[in-house]
Amino acid sequence: MKKLILTTAALALSAGMAMADTVRLGTEGAYPPYNFINDAGEIDGFEREVGDELCKRAGLTCEWVKNDWDSIIPNLVSGNYDVIIAGMSITDERDEVIDFTQNYYPPTASAYVAASESADIEDVVAAQTATIQAAFVADSGATLVEFATPEETIAAVRNGEAEAVFADKDFLVPIVAESSGELMFVGEDVPLGGGIGLGIRESDAELKGKLDTAIASMKADGSLNALLKKWFGDDIATYGSDGSVVTN
Amino acid sequence: MFSFCADPDALGTFRWFSCYLTNGVHMSFYLSFVKVLVLLAITAPVALSFGFVGAMAARSHVLPVSWLGKGYIAIVRGVPDIAFFMFFVIALDQGFEWVRHQILCPDWTDPIRQGNDFLVCTSAKLPLGTSPEWVHETYGFFLAVITFSIVFGAFAANVLFGGMNAVPHAQLETAEAYGMTRRQTFWRVLVPQMWVYALPGLSNLWLVLIKATPLLFLLGVEDIVYWARELGGTKTSQFTAYPHPDWRMWYFLFLLFFYLGFTRVSEIVLERLMTRLSHGQATTGGEALRKQVTA
Repeated sequence: MKKLILTTAALALSAGMAMADTVRLGTEGAYPPYNFINDAGEIDGFEREVGDELCKRAGLTCEWVKNDWDSIIPNLVSGNYDVIIAGMSITDERDEVIDFTQNYYPPTASAYVAASESADIEDVVAAQTATIQAAFVADSGATLVEFATPEETIAAVRNGEAEAVFADKDFLVPIVAESSGELMFVGEDVPLGGGIGLGIRESDAELKGKLDTAIASMKADGSLNALLKKWFGDDIATYGSDGSVVTN
Repeated sequence: MFSFCADPDALGTFRWFSCYLTNGVHMSFYLSFVKVLVLLAITAPVALSFGFVGAMAARSHVLPVSWLGKGYIAIVRGVPDIAFFMFFVIALDQGFEWVRHQILCPDWTDPIRQGNDFLVCTSAKLPLGTSPEWVHETYGFFLAVITFSIVFGAFAANVLFGGMNAVPHAQLETAEAYGMTRRQTFWRVLVPQMWVYALPGLSNLWLVLIKATPLLFLLGVEDIVYWARELGGTKTSQFTAYPHPDWRMWYFLFLLFFYLGFTRVSEIVLERLMTRLSHGQATTGGEALRKQVTA
């Protein structure tokens, strides 16, 4: 019954919104492989492909918008774009302010990277501002140094400002691989967050429904898994056809 | 850009750089210089006129107008720039949308504020959700111009207010003694003379304005500092044909020269302007010029 009312309300709303079919997707563009700016100056990455496919399936015309991570939630709620697709983990704190779709990226492991094996991850640790990693470091007893962009957190470890950086493991893997031995993973991986979902305004139930259906259909036919493997390698956790997470 | 850029890995240093520096992202970087210069070119006169109106209001003999002018100066000067750019712009944007909403969708019953969300009807959105991206960017740019103008206008108003008060009172009295009205005195005697007093303060403001452009990115306008940070950041070979380590230092060094050069050019121009304005003025600068001519 409740669903019925919601659907009618959504229909009534959408009747007045003939032009509402253009959806603006907000991303950061500085977090490869999730999202980054490619050589041509366009937004590229795992989320670009997922977003384009979701829009196709949901029958939406989508446009991509770049926004600073710091102000990414305020700009969503004030309506400058309609969806956050920026590697944003689903957390309770964020869920109080915005809504999330189901995840399109399984719960992630975060990891520490340091410049030497003996680095003390209880000491000074760098993380990006307003991320689950920053919250975790603050709680872990280590001294947290926050930076506005992911790039600066890595630089802090390179120049010795921080002992280690704590971030999504998939962001760190290519950086460690190409650091010619200067950077390495230390300590254990930490599973954090409820996976990555699309951030939507709480009042936007209709759009959330459409995108949820589209994500479910991408999980069901395996196309999401193909993209996960393409961007994150074969070791990534994938989805079963019923949407459950399959770890490899 | 060049035909040999297809496989950057195989290129020598010079060709590698000629490809690297002309790829799509770098074009956006170069374009952002134009963007910043255009912003300055528009903002400076607009801010100056805001300042002029503000100073006129503050000097007004009508008390409420004078309060308005002084209030504007005091409030904007007291609020930190970053707060202005973070909150004022969102408020301004929402204000525009709210007004349009009231006019365009009178029979809308849902509340505009739902929890954290700000909801206006689709046709009141600014710009419309269906507009192409360049409209959104232009709108953001326009908001930036307004915000910069309001902020720098308040400082300019204070400088001009001081400049107007610095004009010797005897000059104004003489003008009145000749039978000029208050308006004539203002435009014919006060305004031409006050620039000399205001110019040092205004030139400071101009130099501060040049360097304030990184605040643009808070408004979603990608300025030169944003691109320097983005381009200079570590690039791994998985995501680009031109991998490189952290080169932000070089990009920022380039910006340093750009800003220094720009400031230097500004100084030269302002110095000339000062000489020009000092002609025939009853100030030490004007006196020095007079002696040069007669000597």
